[in-house]
Amino acid sequence: MDFSLNDIQQMMQDSAAKFIQNDYDFETRRGLSNSPAGYSEDNWKLFAELGWLALPIKEAYGGLDGDLVDTMVLQQEFGKGLLVEPYYATVLLGANLIQKQASDAQKLELLEPVVAGELKLALAHSEAQASFDVSQTKTRAEKQGDQYVLNGHKAVVLGAESADYLLVPARTSGVVGDAEGISLFLIDPKSAGVQLRGYATNDGLRAADIGLTEVTVPASSILGQADSAAPAIELVLNEAIVALGAEAVGIMEKLLAATSEYIKTRQQFDQPISRFQVLQHRLADMFMETEQAKSMVYFAAMEVAKGGSEASRVASMLKVKIGSAGRLVGQQAVQLHGGMGITDELDVGHFFKRLTCINNQLGTRDYHLQSLINKAAAG
Amino acid sequence: MNVDFTNEELAFREEVREFFKHKFPAAVKDKQEKGTYLTKNDHIVWQKALYDQGWAGINWPVEHGGTGWSATQKYIFATEAAEAKSPRIIPFGLAMVAPVIYTYGSEEQKARFLPDILATNVWWCQGYSEPNAGSDLASVKTKAVRDGDSYVVSGTKTWTTLGQHADWIFCLVRTDDSGRKQQGISFLLIDMKTPGVSVTPIITIDGTHEVNEVHFDDVRVPANNLIGEEGKGWTYAKVLLTHERTGIARVAESKARLNSIKKMIDEAAARGEVLKSNAVFMARLLEIEVELKALEYTELRVLSSVSTGKAPGPESSILKIKGSEMIQMLDELVLEIAGIYALPFVPEQYTEGFDGESIGPLFAAKAAPTYYNDRKVSIYGGTNEIQKNIIAKQVLGL
Repeated sequence: MDFSLNDIQQMMQDSAAKFIQNDYDFETRRGLSNSPAGYSEDNWKLFAELGWLALPIKEAYGGLDGDLVDTMVLQQEFGKGLLVEPYYATVLLGANLIQKQASDAQKLELLEPVVAGELKLALAHSEAQASFDVSQTKTRAEKQGDQYVLNGHKAVVLGAESADYLLVPARTSGVVGDAEGISLFLIDPKSAGVQLRGYATNDGLRAADIGLTEVTVPASSILGQADSAAPAIELVLNEAIVALGAEAVGIMEKLLAATSEYIKTRQQFDQPISRFQVLQHRLADMFMETEQAKSMVYFAAMEVAKGGSEASRVASMLKVKIGSAGRLVGQQAVQLHGGMGITDELDVGHFFKRLTCINNQLGTRDYHLQSLINKAAAG
Repeated sequence: MNVDFTNEELAFREEVREFFKHKFPAAVKDKQEKGTYLTKNDHIVWQKALYDQGWAGINWPVEHGGTGWSATQKYIFATEAAEAKSPRIIPFGLAMVAPVIYTYGSEEQKARFLPDILATNVWWCQGYSEPNAGSDLASVKTKAVRDGDSYVVSGTKTWTTLGQHADWIFCLVRTDDSGRKQQGISFLLIDMKTPGVSVTPIITIDGTHEVNEVHFDDVRVPANNLIGEEGKGWTYAKVLLTHERTGIARVAESKARLNSIKKMIDEAAARGEVLKSNAVFMARLLEIEVELKALEYTELRVLSSVSTGKAPGPESSILKIKGSEMIQMLDELVLEIAGIYALPFVPEQYTEGFDGESIGPLFAAKAAPTYYNDRKVSIYGGTNEIQKNIIAKQVLGL
């Protein structure tokens, strides 16, 4: 049994930690978040040079063939900096899905430019009624000759505005709820009938709602086989939950450290408020929740990678833990900072906001707990 | 023990319903229904409508223009006001400084200040907290030095809610730092237009400008703006704080909110969302409903034991803690219903003048900002940790 990082993971962690510490302080991040693009293209190029964009990609396509533990290491550091670059959208969702679903020729064509930092992606998987379960997809693609015509609406697609291509799951056969019958389309966002309505998110990222009205694409824009994309999407989203979990742990560690430091310096009643036992216990609770969440991320990073039916149960377990730990740590960090915790000026409130949004991405804690109930009842 | 309304009380409820049906300003009502942020003028228009009805001084004694309502009448009014989605009454004038003035002020001060407070002619704000005096409020350092017929005030107040709109501020100032820190505090009313007063905005994580820092740079304040006796400010302040704590509970508003949350869930079900079949969510909703019913009756018990015009006792801390936790739990429910649509941050959607199509359901647009902003309710008015100290010490005698 070994929970230590290997040399490459250690190197990855060091370089990411150094980047966040030296080049990504809170004010820099705020500036990027408020800029028109919402992130830095220079940073993106740097990520390519550092090999971060290649991390989860197979060697055959120019990648580093990293596993979920590698991704976890990087995401944890990104969490500490509240990274705004579309790494999650392009690499962890987009490229990862292409690699699991597309044909060899498509992978060759699309993945190398991603690794080089020349191509960005966004996965338009969520819809109003289904932010996680892709079998609930209502967007339809009708076959007309050797073309498909798509109609539907995609909700809160992260990184959509900066994406060169959208990956759009749509139903090509069957009915809503069927596991089969979902195809994955590669769509140029500038195509006729694609309406992108972009906006900032509450945690300082960029996203868009996407309307698809009679969007006509050749059959060759289906990635991999038609009707077959649901299992790959499900696996990618389960892996993405591990990535979100790692990011959340990075945020919690940061909040724990900031809060611990703050209560040691904040003086009330002629003493640092860290002398009050009720606050000491609160910090102890935050610490324990952070460690428990980290343990779940480690567990899930190793188990989800094995795939199979157990992967989605493990991902749900992780999302439940991240949801409750994130809520406790986020809320208490704000509470213990008092009024300062809810000011825009201080970073604490921004970490809290991101933790909140993580719970609402890829199915909430309640959603995943219900999934576990359903599985337990069925099994 | 009986909580059924008498015929008179039922008639009063009708009267209140009629008021909200016909006299609640339509433009304000429309904004409240859409969740649009209110402007200063909206608040004034709404409070003046109350004043015209003779209902502005809900807790005030009749002799000063108050309603003289019984606890039951106040309960009925609060319930109907919340169901009608009326705005919160801005508390600083009507509910906070007024009780201090009519309880401890001179006749001259009562005549000078109370009529304009009642009619919302003057906007008040609160100068209590300082950068280094939050939970430990008694350590305020803003100094007021007597010089002839004036006090010269210098220092900084913070978390001053809606101070950017205010004409007047009531302040805790230090007039003596020789003895126990509670003893040298005085209660002073300051005209915000006085030279040397400046206001700096504090932007909160929901992106709004609600709170401020207020700076006093050698501000000359007439000595006849001092309430009661010099050095007795702490006593007056504590009375005001118990009023504030009761107000923070917002129980009637939470009841109305729970009803609208149930509607949101039905609407989500109609859209084909699976929320209603989520047992985890529904269990949480129902537990909250149970807790809210208990809170409602706890509040009724506290209110019925307090006669008009008087301050509630330390048990108001229960209402502050449970009421603020309730607000925050309801926020979490709305966040859950919003799902992925909790993410977009598009403040135009709840700002005056927006008539476009919303991104996702309109209620979802404000779910996260409201959740973020309401973290304040367990912090302000004395943190919930401080409230528990009050319960332990003053109620339980520990």
